[in-house]
Amino acid sequence: MTALLVDSSTATGAPVRRRGGGLWAAVRGSRKAMVGLAIFLVFAVMALVPQLFTSVRDPNALQFEPGLGSSAEHLLGTTALGQDIFAQLVYGTRQSLVIALVAGFFATVLSVLVGVSAAYLGGVSDETLTMLTNVFLVLPTFPLIIILATYAGKGTLLVILIVLVVTGWSYGANQLRAQALSLRNRDFVESAKVRGERPSYVIFKEVLPTMTSLIVANFLGAALYSVLTAAGLQFLGLGDPNSISWGTMLYWAQSQQALQTGLPQWSLAPGLCVALLGVSFALLNYAFDEIGNPALRPVRSARKRRRLRARRTRAGGP
Amino acid sequence: MPYLLRRLGFFLLTLWAALTLNFFIPRFMPGSPLQALRDRTHNKLSPAALEQMLTSYGFKPNENVLVQYVDYLKNMVTGQWGISIGATLGEPVTRIVRQALPWTLGLVGVTTVLAFLLGSLIGTVAGWRRGGRLDSLLPPAFVVTSALPYFWVGLLLILVFSVWTGGALPSDFNYDSGMQPAFTPAFVFSVASHALLPAATILITSIGGWILTMRNNMITTLAEDYVRMGRAKGLSDRRIMTAYAARNAMLPNLAGFAMSLGFVIAGAILVEYVFNYPGLGYLLYNAVQNTDYPLMQALFMLFTVAVLVAVLVCDIAIAILDPRSRERDRSGR
Repeated sequence: MTALLVDSSTATGAPVRRRGGGLWAAVRGSRKAMVGLAIFLVFAVMALVPQLFTSVRDPNALQFEPGLGSSAEHLLGTTALGQDIFAQLVYGTRQSLVIALVAGFFATVLSVLVGVSAAYLGGVSDETLTMLTNVFLVLPTFPLIIILATYAGKGTLLVILIVLVVTGWSYGANQLRAQALSLRNRDFVESAKVRGERPSYVIFKEVLPTMTSLIVANFLGAALYSVLTAAGLQFLGLGDPNSISWGTMLYWAQSQQALQTGLPQWSLAPGLCVALLGVSFALLNYAFDEIGNPALRPVRSARKRRRLRARRTRAGGP
Repeated sequence: MPYLLRRLGFFLLTLWAALTLNFFIPRFMPGSPLQALRDRTHNKLSPAALEQMLTSYGFKPNENVLVQYVDYLKNMVTGQWGISIGATLGEPVTRIVRQALPWTLGLVGVTTVLAFLLGSLIGTVAGWRRGGRLDSLLPPAFVVTSALPYFWVGLLLILVFSVWTGGALPSDFNYDSGMQPAFTPAFVFSVASHALLPAATILITSIGGWILTMRNNMITTLAEDYVRMGRAKGLSDRRIMTAYAARNAMLPNLAGFAMSLGFVIAGAILVEYVFNYPGLGYLLYNAVQNTDYPLMQALFMLFTVAVLVAVLVCDIAIAILDPRSRERDRSGR
């Protein structure tokens, strides 16, 4: 889970002004990012139209012979309860992906709000917000989540999402504050202030666009954190046991002793999916790290570099 | 010194915040401890006895919230953590915790520190030999391992090394159940073999992050002028790598270590659950299953204290390694 720790030195490094178009070009140029994006797209299709991948329509119904091995009919066999494992896997994608994107998005919004306003406002507000961020950073969130989920009753999707956002924003806020601080006294921000622009204009039109790559990296980190934590929670049985998700599959597999009774694919397959989704976020994140800090990029061979330069001049870019 | 004093102040503030959360969460959430306790004792206890058990951990519904709060803080700090109302009904929480604590410290504590030191070392070498074989192979591999869910790696290891080998390595508990704890070679061997798979799980999933951040920090640091200066002075490579580059590259990693302990604890809970390892994480899982509020309270406080102590240790290490952190205070920042 330490993949969430993006190198903090990138946060203070000289940021380049870059708009959304630059991001896409950067993703296309990095093999790691392309692999991550490909994995993500496959899962996205699975989440949107699960019917394409399996003929089973109700993956939770106990409609098959339990404990079957893999066959043409049941690609990954059936569970000890008589459900098709592959169908559950396909239908489970949606919830995991929703958790990743929604929790990741709101956690990032919160980090931007807290981090950037702390840096921009300065003074007592900064001290207070920074203190709050630091407290949330070191509070052991997972035990807190477990306790919260217990008190809130079996965690419905909404409870899990809220808990993930509340506990997942602090890391990003810390980083964004650091970068926003280094931007605060830059010339282009100063000149906007001198022009008499409103603070909201300065923040949204001048400061935030400059921070795009770090914000995207933070979103990916928060999404990764959410996927792993939600899967862990559901694995412990703190989610809704009737929902269709990878974590819930893991919970049922564990409680039916899948490993010991010769059905290892029941618990390995959903775990592998969680891992793959996590890897796709981590790869994208790593690539964005390299974009933010060019020194980290892999050393290219001379020939490759020449080819790249030729392509760039053709495209008319810098 | 003011630097460390300020960090100590942060320590106390965070501890207070955690304790306060701990106090208010149960009181603002549905599901009352009284009901849970009544269910657990199957309505066999008299209301008065129930009331008394609840008061023993600071739940006094008739008192003013403020009074309750102050009492609760006092009890938490002085180690009066009350009596378990879960599966181990009636046992003092302190005794339960004392039995589980050494196992978690031994397994999770040692493995985490080991992963950090080993990861930083590998990262140092990988960053130093930029573009070498180690450097081209490791980062992509560890991007993958660091995104794996802890519990899944544990399940995988159990399958490969325990189920497929017919139980060559044990997959649950802390030592063979027939044994008496003693300092005999057989017992020590048993403990070690039971700790092997959970320790490997933690090591595999956490070392990648350290390698990556340390490598990246090394690369940034190696471009600094003082490293070139060291080279110009004709210092040996080893000295430049350790005393010049690694010492500076280590600083963000130390701060990161303190911050990532929350993740480590999350992983530890899941790993102890997967391996049925009777440490604090497993205890928390059981406490949650049995709605054992006093035990949950004490455990959450302990986890917070553990993280905070580690943060403080990192702060001290930073103060030793980085003169600037001390200097900044003297100049009155």
